[in-house]
Amino acid sequence: MKLTNEIWGFFASVRLAIFTLCSLALTSIIGTVIPQNKPDSWYVETYGPATAQFFQVLDIPDMYGSWWFLILLGLLCANLIICSIDRFPTTWRLMTINQLAVHPDRLQGMDLRQEWSLPSPVGESAGQLSAALAKAGWKPASREIETGTLLFAGKGGWSRIGVYVVHISILVIFVGAIIGNILGFKGTVMLPEGESTTRIFAFNSSEPIDLGFEILCDSFTVDYYPNGMPKEYASVLTVRENGKEILKQTIEVNQPLTYRGITFYQSSYQAYKDFIVSIVIAPEKIGKVFTIPYQQEMEWPEQNIRFGVVNAEGMGDRVTRIKIWMKHGEQPASTFWVENGKDAAIPSADKTIAVSAKQMFATGLQVAKDPGVWLVYLGCCLMLIGLYVSFFVSHQRLWLLLRPDKGGTGTSILLAGASNKNQTGFARSFTRLADRLRG
Amino acid sequence: MTSSLLLGITTFTYLLATLCFVYIFVFKAYRAYFFAITVTILALVIQTTGIGLRWYESYAMGIGHAPLTNMYESVVFFSWTIALLYLLMEWKFRTRILGLFALPFAFLAMAYASFSTGISKEISPLIPALQSNWLIAHVITCFVGYAAFTVAAGLGLMFLLKISKGGEKKKGGSQLLAAIPEPDIIEDLIYKSMLFGFIWLTAGIITGAVWANSAWGTYWSWDPKETWSLITWFIYAITLHSRYTRGWTGKPLAWLAILGFFSVIFTYYGVNFFLSGLHSYGSG
Ligand code: HEM
Repeated sequence: MKLTNEIWGFFASVRLAIFTLCSLALTSIIGTVIPQNKPDSWYVETYGPATAQFFQVLDIPDMYGSWWFLILLGLLCANLIICSIDRFPTTWRLMTINQLAVHPDRLQGMDLRQEWSLPSPVGESAGQLSAALAKAGWKPASREIETGTLLFAGKGGWSRIGVYVVHISILVIFVGAIIGNILGFKGTVMLPEGESTTRIFAFNSSEPIDLGFEILCDSFTVDYYPNGMPKEYASVLTVRENGKEILKQTIEVNQPLTYRGITFYQSSYQAYKDFIVSIVIAPEKIGKVFTIPYQQEMEWPEQNIRFGVVNAEGMGDRVTRIKIWMKHGEQPASTFWVENGKDAAIPSADKTIAVSAKQMFATGLQVAKDPGVWLVYLGCCLMLIGLYVSFFVSHQRLWLLLRPDKGGTGTSILLAGASNKNQTGFARSFTRLADRLRG
Repeated sequence: MTSSLLLGITTFTYLLATLCFVYIFVFKAYRAYFFAITVTILALVIQTTGIGLRWYESYAMGIGHAPLTNMYESVVFFSWTIALLYLLMEWKFRTRILGLFALPFAFLAMAYASFSTGISKEISPLIPALQSNWLIAHVITCFVGYAAFTVAAGLGLMFLLKISKGGEKKKGGSQLLAAIPEPDIIEDLIYKSMLFGFIWLTAGIITGAVWANSAWGTYWSWDPKETWSLITWFIYAITLHSRYTRGWTGKPLAWLAILGFFSVIFTYYGVNFFLSGLHSYGSG
């Protein structure tokens, strides 16, 4: 029995909290100095085989998921839970206790006290003071005691819950993170324009993950600043199920697409030396889109057109102008430049052929499913609310003890007050209130 | 008139304000107090105008964004929040001497931003990941927290100075230290600034996580900067709890305020230079 009490006391103690928080703070430094999640060989090369072996045992390469780090986090949770269970009954009593049952002598001993007297008898004074208190925003209750009348008014008793909200919010965040880890995944996929996929690749293991639907990259565009830095990039994505189009949406960095709990984030891109050429023949308006490699001839036999990209201009891997060679039937071949993404209209016999060309890209998507994230956000909100309440809202209490004065016709009054935090601030408002009550 | 000129003037105005407080402290010239406060307010006004102008200039360049996105802009903003917070505290608590311990930080930050060769002052366009309102929320919340912790560290120094050389025992202490309020008043202020900073740091970490989640689907990735902000957060959490167990008030509290400040500076600044990670854009 004594042992269980001791164990309970240990897990309920703030001492353990300080120990755990110090351990977490100190050990967390390790992972900021030693790069995480590199291949095993990297650690051997960088630190030598003996150290690498030692790291392996302690799981240093993935220290934030290591057994000992998780034990520390577990200890923190156990500490939080037991500490809360241990203390809550006391807090609850402080919140719900009948403050009118206080012994008048205790009021005499309070730090904040003022005494004065009124000429009216006790009953009348009590009525006046109650009204004045109510006007100042305090709702008093009263009780007749042997020596007179006791008034009590309290504010912010509920704020004592604030600390529990903060502590529980940490648990809520942990639960959210665990759910995300077990039921969710994180992966990436590089999807060339015009192609689709039903699976992506997990971050750490590179294992394929089935999406359960098909995602298609219709097109990809990059905008540049005048200095050549990418300004914004965007992909048009289509979700298909059983060959049917379900959803089409443009995504940008910071503006992802979500379908069935799986979210696609625009994260990177890759430029190809291939081109997407689209040809439309007027007046019939027959068109077709081709993907062709640089400097290779392509044919559209039905329309008797042969063409190719013979030259491209640009900066770095970004193409700005494209030179196209084209031959239509028996007409003489033509070569011409088009701006990347724009089109050119080429008259040919009795038709007009509109040719547009653009550099081909693959869009780099980060893919995440995290069913726990809403709990994490809920926990974050609770934490902010809880912190605000536990720092800035106090439980303030006021008592007024009214007794017949020596002459027997008037009332002698004792005003006492207490606050569980921000004593100096409360002392000021106490004085102000007392001045108001004394008229 | 350009923003860099205004921010350059700001640097010297903070220096002047700091010197005013040194003068008040050394010569007990309390009548100069209003002058010192006026100079501080003037510096803050010039700085606010400078920041606003820089914002305007970025729009004139066609790459408009709030001036909170690189090292230079963030140091300027850091200095601004310190000065603002200092003035609010002075207004509320009237310590009359806190300026001596808070304003040097505002000045040093500005001096570093203005004169360090390692810092580019150019207004540069934003890479796509940074084009998010969460970025603004993240930077503002973090820096309000940092400023509060900086003031707490300044108060910590003030406390240690006050209790040194028997400042506490002989009522009033040495002549020079008499200008510093009594230790228990300072201690209360240290604690208050820490509580205030803790809420903002918490909000800063949370807005950063929300932003990361909206940009690449991971709210926490243990990158060095994130981890260090968490370490800083732990340090202040430990400080909040220490008084419930060890009764660590007074001297240990002052030292923890200073330790926390070092952790803040490392999170903010050291990580960019000594460790690598997602936030490496911050070093430009
Ligand atoms: C990172 C984790 C934690 C955070 C952010 C946190 C936050 C807080 C905050 C903000 C307060 C109010 C402090 C004040 O008003 O001065 C507090 C008080 C307290 N905390 Fe924690 N806490 C954490 C972990 C723990 C743990 C693990 C324990 C376990 C024993 C614990 C026990 C307490 C106790 C006993 C109090 C005093 C409550 C009272 O006013 O009666 N805390 N905590």
